[in-house]
Amino acid sequence: MGVEGIGARVTRKEDKRFITGKGRYTDDIALKDMTQAVFVRSPHAHAKILSIDVSKAKAAPGVVDVLTGADLAGDKIGGLICGWMIHSKDGTPMKAGAHPAIAFDKVRHVGDQVAVVIAETKNQARDAAELVEVEYEVLPAIIDLAGATAPGAPQVHAEAPNNLIYDWEIGDKAATDAALASAARIVTMDIVNNRLSPNPMEPRSAIGSYDEAEEHFTLYNTTQNPHVARLVLSAFVGIAPEHKLRVVAPDVGGGFGAKIFIYPEETVALWASKRIGGRPVKWTADRTEAFLTDCHGRDHVTHAEMGFDANNKIVGFRVHTIANLGAYMSTFSSSVPTYLYATLLSGQYDIPAIHANVEAVYTNTVPVDAYRGAGRPEATYLLERMMETAARELGEDPVELRRKNFITSFPHQTPVIMCYDAGDYEAHMSKALEASDYAGFAARKAESAARGKLRGIGLSCYIEACGIAPSQAVGSLGAGVGLWESAEVRVNPVGSIEILTGSHSHGQGHETTFAQLVNERLGVGINNIQIVHGDTDKVQFGMGTYGSRSGAVGMSAIVKALDKVEAKAKKIAAHLMEASEADIVIENGELKVAGTDKKLPFFQVALAAYTAHNLPAGMEPGLKEGAFYDPSNFTFPSGTYVCEVEVDPETGKVEIMQFVAADDFGNIINPMIVEGQVHGGLAQGIGQALLEGVSYDTESGQLLTGSYMDYTMPRADDVPSFNVMHTKTVCPGNPLGMKGCGEAGAIGSPPAVINAITNAIGVRDISMPATPAKVWAAIHGNA
Amino acid sequence: MYQTTYHRPSSLSEATSLLASASEAKLLAGGQTLIPTMKQRLAAPSNLIDLGRLDELKGITVSGGTVTIGAGTTHYAVSTSADVKSAIPALAKLASGIGDPHVRYAGTIGGSVANDDPAADYPSAVLGLGATVVTNKREIAADDFFLGMFTTALEEDEIIVKFVFPVPTKAAYAKFANPASRYAMAGVFVAVTSGGVRVAVTGAGSNGVFRWADAERALAANFSASALDGLTVDSSELLSDIHGDAAYRANLVKVMGKRAVTAAG
Ligand SMILES: Cc1cc2nc3c(=O)[nH]c(=O)nc-3n(C[C@H](O)[C@H](O)[C@H](O)COP(=O)(O)OP(=O)(O)OC[C@H]3O[C@@H](n4cnc5c(N)ncnc54)[C@H](O)[C@@H]3O)c2cc1C
Repeated sequence: MGVEGIGARVTRKEDKRFITGKGRYTDDIALKDMTQAVFVRSPHAHAKILSIDVSKAKAAPGVVDVLTGADLAGDKIGGLICGWMIHSKDGTPMKAGAHPAIAFDKVRHVGDQVAVVIAETKNQARDAAELVEVEYEVLPAIIDLAGATAPGAPQVHAEAPNNLIYDWEIGDKAATDAALASAARIVTMDIVNNRLSPNPMEPRSAIGSYDEAEEHFTLYNTTQNPHVARLVLSAFVGIAPEHKLRVVAPDVGGGFGAKIFIYPEETVALWASKRIGGRPVKWTADRTEAFLTDCHGRDHVTHAEMGFDANNKIVGFRVHTIANLGAYMSTFSSSVPTYLYATLLSGQYDIPAIHANVEAVYTNTVPVDAYRGAGRPEATYLLERMMETAARELGEDPVELRRKNFITSFPHQTPVIMCYDAGDYEAHMSKALEASDYAGFAARKAESAARGKLRGIGLSCYIEACGIAPSQAVGSLGAGVGLWESAEVRVNPVGSIEILTGSHSHGQGHETTFAQLVNERLGVGINNIQIVHGDTDKVQFGMGTYGSRSGAVGMSAIVKALDKVEAKAKKIAAHLMEASEADIVIENGELKVAGTDKKLPFFQVALAAYTAHNLPAGMEPGLKEGAFYDPSNFTFPSGTYVCEVEVDPETGKVEIMQFVAADDFGNIINPMIVEGQVHGGLAQGIGQALLEGVSYDTESGQLLTGSYMDYTMPRADDVPSFNVMHTKTVCPGNPLGMKGCGEAGAIGSPPAVINAITNAIGVRDISMPATPAKVWAAIHGNA
Repeated sequence: MYQTTYHRPSSLSEATSLLASASEAKLLAGGQTLIPTMKQRLAAPSNLIDLGRLDELKGITVSGGTVTIGAGTTHYAVSTSADVKSAIPALAKLASGIGDPHVRYAGTIGGSVANDDPAADYPSAVLGLGATVVTNKREIAADDFFLGMFTTALEEDEIIVKFVFPVPTKAAYAKFANPASRYAMAGVFVAVTSGGVRVAVTGAGSNGVFRWADAERALAANFSASALDGLTVDSSELLSDIHGDAAYRANLVKVMGKRAVTAAG
């Protein structure tokens, strides 16, 4: 390992600009003659729009234009799409209602946009927005997902009778029914996975800019995947052909999934810029708007039954889930409660039969889509709550029940599509148990009891699938896109390097880790390597960053391009040093002839490639190579988390006394960055378990958690000092042997926390977030 | 934010006359409540009168068994004042638990008490210690000052100048913070004063801060945490929201009351 190569704890190159306030975010960009957009949003969860009068708003000071859904439809701007087709078990395609960028007949959630005001200043736009007169006929709203398909429930879209988008299944129903029928014991649970708001630090923002002379659009946008945004806005929304639309994602301050999707606001900003003659149009969400419009995450209710034989081996697992997709189907929403969820229901366990039935429903709430973990936290929570509860009810130690059911040989084909390539679940479980002194828990519990506190311990053994792939397989499951990644390695004549990647960094530290990979391969210092991303005019088509794919997929593409650069550099070096190509090795930034003292620094080879004065016969000048990489499989990170809590029975307040995370991420490029990813994921998972929960008034559909006064974001003092560690099985599926690490913390931690709390207070279940009030009520039997 | 006209008077009398003459005027102190409310367009004063530069509203003095704190004194100043810490440590501790450092550097005791948020901390100290609210027009006893949520005895043209706190024999404040806002879900201020035991509760009441008479009687007889054991808090007058229902708050009032008594020693 070099000081800047793979495995080194290199501090992040990008942090200087972030920490010193020099980051350049979408809202920092000021274009000439730029206007400001403010949306008029529905105060009702469900209503018919009877009329919209924009005349007073148009006459207000500074107003450039006021546009409505009718204007949008008049310009033939299409609606937003859901890019993953799911078929119901009867073979019918999912029933998606229209998703106009500005509502024109009906509003379907509080915050739905009904008009946009464009003015010289934001304050003028806000003033004028209050003058837009919208006449509504308020309709009854359906908020609660469990009642969405009930007869007589308000209907969100005419296209989806009974609000049912699809009724999907996976696994062998007959085999699962038979397994459960023959089971010695069946453990049943009803589990709610609470709805979350993603809350990236930087709110969403967009600037649309139209060049009339060139008939060309530019979009600056807080997006995790600029090329996907361009594709959707071009091919489906119909803003402009792809070569006439440039999408730039400058510094992006966190995404967590919420910035994957193509939203109404950026669509409108682009279109509106053309409408007003090419002046740029900027929109930036305020925090309340973020709560009202950023796609939410999770929101499942599930009934599950797990069957065990007389030796406590699992024989079958039957799951019925209702998933709330909100008022419109967001970009990838359909895939989250299906292929990203139910395919993980086998967890780390050898389960012979699994059947899952998922009903996705519309409600009059903000759309729900992928949020850090996307489907996998829901699967893990269900399974690990089930294992813990089963252990208690079967009278078996939770560790032993898990151990008894672990998958121990690989590859392992589960009954729900996934083929796990590698893993060693016992390794991280023993490591976590040892680190947490699991054996010494009883003494700690007694010590807490002496102080009047209730102590509990809980485990979670998670597996997740990330770096979703291969493209052909996901295509056969309904994905509208491929899930490969692209890279280009551009060696400059002086030997410095630019890496153009199709993935996008919005906090992950790619500018550092990608450079470490190049340093490892070519010996070039990381300060001589620039990672270029986030601009469709600079970078070749790429798929962006989500689902913990940038390492396993994005870096693998860079590896392939580096292979080509290295091969060409070796050819040139062999030619210059009059050696055989096979004898050239690259070490410490030099190309050497093995077994001799002949060598050339890398930059001289680069220079030779560009001067082209003396290249092998027939060789093209230059040193620049590109590659597309399509993985052969997902990667399967796994781990064991142990959470220990102390509960104050008088107030119900939970304190996390220790949290141990032992993860298997395969090979690690930068342990410091990986630990940071785990810390952040754990904070979000603990947030879900203890603090966070979107709450709506179930009658009116008003969002009750529309600010940080009511939505509890985790703060530093809500989380303990984490004890993070690793075990390693190398991923056989990609050249670097890596697995994803970006979501694991958020996936694995919620059940560990709830298992610990239920263990402490002696109840079977408590719903997330386990607020002090809920925990107190549970302790005192008022739940 | 709507358009507003900003005024910066240089004396209390100038502030008083501005407040009397300007239409739809509001006083601005630390701005920690008023500015966010204006940004959300929930408040729209045409005139904003900034009290921030008035030395007459600042400072802490201890004399003759009282601690006098200017209305414009920040939470930070109160929480770090050696005088307050030695005379009424419970008050310094309360101030140190308000919001975060940014809020404590800017927010003022006058702004907090005038605003009378039902979950704010300071009202419990003013009521619990039986302080006197001194305005540009009169003196108001704490018992007459708080009239309900966000409602006080202050008149339109009245400015709080200072608070006079009698130094208690002992006192303590115990707060259970709302997990999201970190304001009080139940904050109980207990004081043994020359006029007897006073117990003031904030965060829990649906009419704002209130005195818990049963606890005062029980503690007058026996100043110990166990004296509250037999009491039940009537939950019908308590707040219920997504963070906790009235029954939970009733429990918190009792638990925090006991913790405050224990802390008072
Ligand atoms: C993030 C955050 C967290 C907070 N956490 C807490 C908490 O935990 N506990 C808590 O108690 N508070 C909390 N607060 C509120 C904080 O204490 C405020 O400082 C306080 O409520 C208002 O004080 P201010 O000086 O900022 O007043 P301003 O916001 O300037 O004014 C508030 C109101 O008081 C009026 N006013 C101000 N001064 C006077 C005066 N001298 N005479 C008459 N009227 C006057 C104003 O006209 C206005 O109506 C928090 C605030 C924030 C932003």
